[in-house]
Amino acid sequence: MEFYVQQILNALQVGSVYALIALGYTMVYGILTMINFAHGDIFMVSTYLAFFTSTLILGLASGLNPIVVFIATLLTAMFGTALLAVVIERLAYKPLRTAPRISAVITALGVGLFLENFMVAFKPVGPAPRFLPHLIPAVNFNIGGVTVSTIQIVIIVVSALVMLLLDTIVRRTMVGTAMRAISWDKFTAPLMGVPVDRVISMTFALGASIAAVGGTLYGMAYTIDPYMGIRIGWWAFISAVVGGIGNIRGAMIGGFILGFVEIFTPVFLPSTYRDFVAFSLLLVLLIFRPTGILGRPMVQKV
Amino acid sequence: MTMLHTKHLTHWFGGLRAVHDFNLDLQPGELVAIIGPNGAGKTTVFNLITGVYRPTEGQIVFQGQNLVGLPTHRIIVGGVARTFQNVRLFKELTVLDNVRIAHYARAGYLAWEAMLYLPRFTRQEAQIRQDTLELLDIFDLADLAETVSRNLPYGQQRRLEIARALATRPTLLLLDEPAAGMNPAEVEQLMETILWIRRQFNLTILLIEHQMRVVMGIAERIKVLDFGQTIADGTPAEIQNHPRVIEAYLGVEAV
Repeated sequence: MEFYVQQILNALQVGSVYALIALGYTMVYGILTMINFAHGDIFMVSTYLAFFTSTLILGLASGLNPIVVFIATLLTAMFGTALLAVVIERLAYKPLRTAPRISAVITALGVGLFLENFMVAFKPVGPAPRFLPHLIPAVNFNIGGVTVSTIQIVIIVVSALVMLLLDTIVRRTMVGTAMRAISWDKFTAPLMGVPVDRVISMTFALGASIAAVGGTLYGMAYTIDPYMGIRIGWWAFISAVVGGIGNIRGAMIGGFILGFVEIFTPVFLPSTYRDFVAFSLLLVLLIFRPTGILGRPMVQKV
Repeated sequence: MTMLHTKHLTHWFGGLRAVHDFNLDLQPGELVAIIGPNGAGKTTVFNLITGVYRPTEGQIVFQGQNLVGLPTHRIIVGGVARTFQNVRLFKELTVLDNVRIAHYARAGYLAWEAMLYLPRFTRQEAQIRQDTLELLDIFDLADLAETVSRNLPYGQQRRLEIARALATRPTLLLLDEPAAGMNPAEVEQLMETILWIRRQFNLTILLIEHQMRVVMGIAERIKVLDFGQTIADGTPAEIQNHPRVIEAYLGVEAV
């Protein structure tokens, strides 16, 4: 029993990170019907932003309250990553707005490869795996045979808070309403006074800063390297598709499902079967419910 | 000052000249109709005024400001609003959100203010919500505020579209075939509504319409387009007896 509770907790931890990244895929798809395949690598860049910021802060002032260091790192990573995503959108995707979708998707793959190889070539980063400095003291609590670490708690709680905030933004604010309006009718939105280009930039910025929350949290628990965005990006992408791409709550649900796949596959099968199970899940779902769990059926517009 | 002035407005789609030398002087408070057979270029004129297309040639001046080259959302915020020939609501949004989104330019709060529910966010959103509900009330839609708009019957969707256009606070309203698909009773009500909103919101109205009852009943001036060309311009009485109009509508044989 304790074993399963422990695994559920681990699955929530991993699933939170997948969910946070999946949100970026799903939001961009919702507004542009484009898969931003560079998103996993944008997430990777965010972990390095967190790495350098936290190293710098702790190098300059070591006696700071860990919560201050954590929040400063988080905000810097969010801001820097948002800026990166907005620049990528302006330079690489916007000129292709009216081109066939496949052009933008191939460009996104190219941008992803660029980010990976840039980071490998960039001296301060390089190909070697790294650890983030300890932002929060890692303390393990033992509750009835289940081990809970402070890092695990921070990951799950912060992710949940961010998802709640995002839900608020999308449902209650004007920008969120504009995002939903644009996702349904790009032609009409500007005719209601909505600055579509700016809302698209904000969507990229929001998606990237949420991925940066995921990146900072991920870096607190695991090692980081320039190629980490590939596997995690794919898993987050599958999460978004499983939940119903374009649907925000779907991406959250999908992220947690993939978190459970990742943690519970090794319980029943050899752990090398993880990707096999994840992709099989995707294929089976695409056959029986191509729109994902919460996805809307595609209506072909005339 | 002239409300809207277009001069030599011309637009080509590849080798097709959709609008040719369209000249218009719209005075404040006027209600002018554009009529003409299908494909005459009427909707293209609306698309040119609202910046959906950039004209190949010619000028568009709205209240002294040049509109050519401005992005669509700026033109709308500047005081031009329109409805669509085939209703173009945000079908999956509620009735309330359809009108609320048209207040976009008025929401000056920032995302983080919304996240923390700071006063500027709550105050502005409350004001926008109130204005939205007042507009919906005018069109008898307030009770349906939380309904997803695709579930409304056609007549109500048409009314919602006008409400949404008014929410951008226009001085110039472009109505694209508002009576399309309406029964005679609805058409009668629509004509009253158009005249009423013109008074109530101090509007200047440019109207595209096929139903002659509407055009002859409420327009003060009529411009007739055929194959992109303006073939007649005058009061309803003048237009009804204009030989070229009869020719365009009924063919040469009938003359």
